[in-house]
Amino acid sequence: MSLKKTLLDPLFENNPIALQILGICSALAVTTKLESVLVMCLAVVLVCAFSNLSVSLIRNHVPSSIRIIVMMTIIASLVILTDQLLKAFVYDIAKSMSVYIGLIITNCIVMGRAEAYAMKNGPLMSFVDGIGNGIGYSIVLIFVGVFRELFGSGKLLGYNILTPINEGGWYMPNGMALLSPSAFFLIGIFIWILRSFKKDQIESSN
Amino acid sequence: MSNDSTSKTLIVATLLCVVCSIMVSYAAVSLKPLQVKNKRLDIKKNLLVTAGLVEDGAQESEIVEAFKVVETKVVDLSTGKYVDIDPETYDARKASKNPKKNYRIPSDKDLGNIKSRAQYKKVYFIKEGDKVKNVVFPVHGKGLWSTMYGFLVLEEDLNTVKGLGFYEHGETPGLGGEIDNPRWKKNWNGKKAFNDSMEPALKVVKGSAAPGSDHNIDGLSGATITANGVTGLVQYWLSENAYGTFIKNLREGEML
Repeated sequence: MSLKKTLLDPLFENNPIALQILGICSALAVTTKLESVLVMCLAVVLVCAFSNLSVSLIRNHVPSSIRIIVMMTIIASLVILTDQLLKAFVYDIAKSMSVYIGLIITNCIVMGRAEAYAMKNGPLMSFVDGIGNGIGYSIVLIFVGVFRELFGSGKLLGYNILTPINEGGWYMPNGMALLSPSAFFLIGIFIWILRSFKKDQIESSN
Repeated sequence: MSNDSTSKTLIVATLLCVVCSIMVSYAAVSLKPLQVKNKRLDIKKNLLVTAGLVEDGAQESEIVEAFKVVETKVVDLSTGKYVDIDPETYDARKASKNPKKNYRIPSDKDLGNIKSRAQYKKVYFIKEGDKVKNVVFPVHGKGLWSTMYGFLVLEEDLNTVKGLGFYEHGETPGLGGEIDNPRWKKNWNGKKAFNDSMEPALKVVKGSAAPGSDHNIDGLSGATITANGVTGLVQYWLSENAYGTFIKNLREGEML
């Protein structure tokens, strides 16, 4: 597969959330505010790319009996590193993300790509695959985040778009958009839209 | 050597652990000073924002400059007197977990649901020249998910509220997290902390507080438990069991 295809395929053709249905849990947790979404996306892209790169570099020396543990260790170290860097340089944002940065460890996308791709492919391709999948994840997260913040609090990135009633405007914020179930609906809608355009992604009914 | 032999497995596992642990511990140790500094600065910023001295989003230099008018003292809550401890190094949160330095709150008095607190607490005085303008009390209590840590700022009459703000909590963003909303926080300004018989009287009510009410604060819709937590913690920390004795001493004109 070409480099470009590796990078762009996970965006819509093979989106980790929409097609592979991976990493849904974090998509629920951090999407109430667009700002946290963007930080989360950046963190996942970096962790995913570098974990793929590291796993790919040592793939020929990893005993198959402990390969999952090996990947987990690499991913966990990278996530701790990311968390520490955020706390040191963008403290306010790190504070608002609280435990969710740490929870990237449990994001199936990172693990899934390490196991499914990086174990079989070279470092460069794996790195690009990591970035591609990270961006694929980000697209869905941003989609969900935009709708949840807009309808839940009438804002985007903290700026008033629909001024809510309690700030003297007319918009009655939709409380449900702030609760986790709304992310399920939005992801469902995203998958629906995507599959209306790409009919080959529809699973056969059996 | 085959990849799946026992010795190779052990070697790979050991090497990986060593490399990863060096990386993680190097990052943790080298970034620690920056993180501690950020955390302290954030607490100071919150105190100043709650007291209305700086805007949210103030830069480090502004915060350091504005903090110069703040005098910190450590108070023994049981006697309401100052104790001679360096406020720079004293950590009340650590002390509240140390059985030798904490105080177990009797459950009928424990309105903030925190079970135990430090015997000594810091109190901040905001001065204008030599005169004390505001007194800042660090407060905390349980909300729905988390312990909420914040500051209650009183005016010099020790009754009128200047503000209440939280610097650490884990409430649901958009619901309980609205305790950080500046518009809601504005509600606290000008309320009276004590009623005529000098009992703590602040209360977050359901729905809107009656206009002109001295003690009631608008509720947070969808966040009843968080709001009740805020009521509980404010009432607890102003009670006889907490800062009450010290406030009484201050009011009687001692030690300002």
